[in-house]
Amino acid sequence: MLVYLIRRIGQSIMVVAVMATLVFLAVFAVGDPVAILASPDADQRELEAITTRLGLDRPIYEQFGIFVWNALQGDLGRSFVYAQPAVDVILQRFPATMELALAALILSILLGVPLGVIAGLKPESLLGRSIMTTSIFGFSLPNFWLGLMLILLFAVQLRWLPASGRGETVEVFGVHLSLFTWDGLRHLFLPALTLSLYKASLVIRIAQAGTREVMLQDYVRFARAKGLSYNRIVFVHVLKNMMIPVVTVLGLELGSMIAFAVVTETVFAYPGMGKLLIDSINRLDRPVIVAYLMLTVVIFVIINLVVDLLYAAIDPRVRLTESKG
Amino acid sequence: MSKAVLDVKDLSVSFRTREGLVTAVNSISFSVGAGEVLGLVGESGSGKSVTGLAVLGLIDPPGEIDPRSSIKINERELIGLPEEKLRRVRGKDVAMIFQDPMTTLNPVLRIDTQMIEAIRAHEKISEKAARERARQALEKVGIPSADERLKAYPGQFSGGMRQRVAIATALLNRPTVLVADEPTTALDVTIQAQILSEVQQLCSETGTALVWITHDLSVVAGLADRVAVMYAGRIVEEGPVSAVLEAPIHPYAAGLIGSVPSRNKRGVPLAQIRGMTPSLTNLPPGCPFAPRCDYATDICRSTMPEPTPYEGGRAARCHHPLSAPTPAAA
Ligand SMILES: Nc1ncnc2c1ncn2[C@@H]1O[C@H](COP(=O)(O)OP(=O)(O)OP(=O)(O)O)[C@@H](O)[C@H]1O
Ligand code: SF4
Ligand SMILES: [Mg+2]
Repeated sequence: MLVYLIRRIGQSIMVVAVMATLVFLAVFAVGDPVAILASPDADQRELEAITTRLGLDRPIYEQFGIFVWNALQGDLGRSFVYAQPAVDVILQRFPATMELALAALILSILLGVPLGVIAGLKPESLLGRSIMTTSIFGFSLPNFWLGLMLILLFAVQLRWLPASGRGETVEVFGVHLSLFTWDGLRHLFLPALTLSLYKASLVIRIAQAGTREVMLQDYVRFARAKGLSYNRIVFVHVLKNMMIPVVTVLGLELGSMIAFAVVTETVFAYPGMGKLLIDSINRLDRPVIVAYLMLTVVIFVIINLVVDLLYAAIDPRVRLTESKG
Repeated sequence: MSKAVLDVKDLSVSFRTREGLVTAVNSISFSVGAGEVLGLVGESGSGKSVTGLAVLGLIDPPGEIDPRSSIKINERELIGLPEEKLRRVRGKDVAMIFQDPMTTLNPVLRIDTQMIEAIRAHEKISEKAARERARQALEKVGIPSADERLKAYPGQFSGGMRQRVAIATALLNRPTVLVADEPTTALDVTIQAQILSEVQQLCSETGTALVWITHDLSVVAGLADRVAVMYAGRIVEEGPVSAVLEAPIHPYAAGLIGSVPSRNKRGVPLAQIRGMTPSLTNLPPGCPFAPRCDYATDICRSTMPEPTPYEGGRAARCHHPLSAPTPAAA
């Protein structure tokens, strides 16, 4: 297990290094931040001063060297716009996005697993078929449209929930969280629901297929032959096996949830990392873009690691083979 | 024969399929006494597993047991019992083990979980007491350091060991009847023999009636008291093992015996039953074996032979019985 862990961490570091190079090269090719930051009537000398201050006059390999050296010390440059370290700017927004992604993840499990299991246990029934048909909508409706429709319905028509913003936060260990205030939850609900529906549909389909497959297994028949109750069979024998693919996929999808949050946050004017990214791209705030991309890579890599470990925790077969190898 | 603890009468099971109604088990009757072993033999697709599952009440749609069938365990009728009552019969009065030991145990649950739940599904008993019983059951089937093994997952056992765990689990509640559906077919020969004799011994100790399903007559020869030969959903011959093996009445039974290697003289090629297992959707009007039978005549092709009792507790369905045994007096 330890050897496996070390190997996995090594791989993760490689991924981050490669991504760092790609991110730097890609972002270097985007626009000219000086032109945006300087006032329109600035003369050549002012422009040069800004260029020198931002380090944009050095050759690209030197900029890369500085970038890597600083990145290793946790410094991804200063935001041109906020005049603060880019990492700090991102991290201020990070809790909001994580809250959104986690809330969406939980919603997609709460919606997806029960519906998927029901549809899997009775695939031929009207209910089972309806669930599967509905899940197709969840797949095909575009995120931003869904968001707008939910705003129209719940915020404009019914006036039940707020349409935008993050709501009240409380500070927990120095982090601003909205999960613990009623106002925060009310603000969180619509964006989280929007973000979750695609994943919920995915979970429904995986859970349904998984349940159907598991129900046909010999061990379910043996469990029935032992005289176990239907509930015991479904909640212990079926659920535990069926959750293996669900956890795997959802773990990997948590990363893309953060990425998808870009659209959702923009629609709901939700002050998370995604909205910050869009704002930074509009203003060519290169260090913030770089910091966002790097942070996302690191998050992805960490999530994958955690998923593998989780996977080993629920599936003894993985645990056993890995400890041998 | 001692009093029958499992008494099956006119059991029919059909499946609604796209090709039409398939009657996988067609009006079969048999009974097994306490401590007795019945071998249920036949080619692939003859309906052996469906028979076994029907006894446990485990036929799922599109399958259906004909409501006129009767399955009695200790004189209690199981056909028509509501699901909750059937559940209490399964694993308590009648247990079953399956062919593939690699897939019968749930891979993500520990052995102790899977054994203890089998006890607690039928008895209000403490976790600790149930665990102790599970431990003893594992020891009985020859699993060393049972205490430790209880905490293991199925993946940590070999195929033979897994089948032993399944057997121990099935016998936890001392069932009246155990249905064993080819439990040794997937194992290698030496382990087959060990497991065979272990199950036989365990069942005779507790007086459990054993229905041993197999397509291998040589297994039945050493194990069973009686044998029932199935063909296309029907029992075509039934009787004491020694009598049937010595002098089969039905040509199909004779063919099966002829294809067992150990019963042939050296140098004589193995007899084979020619032709293929018939498709159940398209059976001939008369004897289903007629297209493959060397003794078939016109009456075979037009009229279904009825079960006929013969002396010595035997029965067969054939118009032209081999070895001319005396029909039993009516
Ligand atoms: N779920 C099902 N749906 C449709 N038909 C079925 C189903 N289960 C069984 N059958 C039919 O019942 C027949 C008998 O099947 P069964 O499994 O009892 O055979 P078997 O004698 O156990 O054969 P084997 O030696 O291969 O295990 C099959 O040929 C098949 O046509
Ligand atoms: S009834 Fe006729 S066809 Fe059928 S087994 Fe007997 S002899 Fe053969
Ligand atoms: Mg079978």
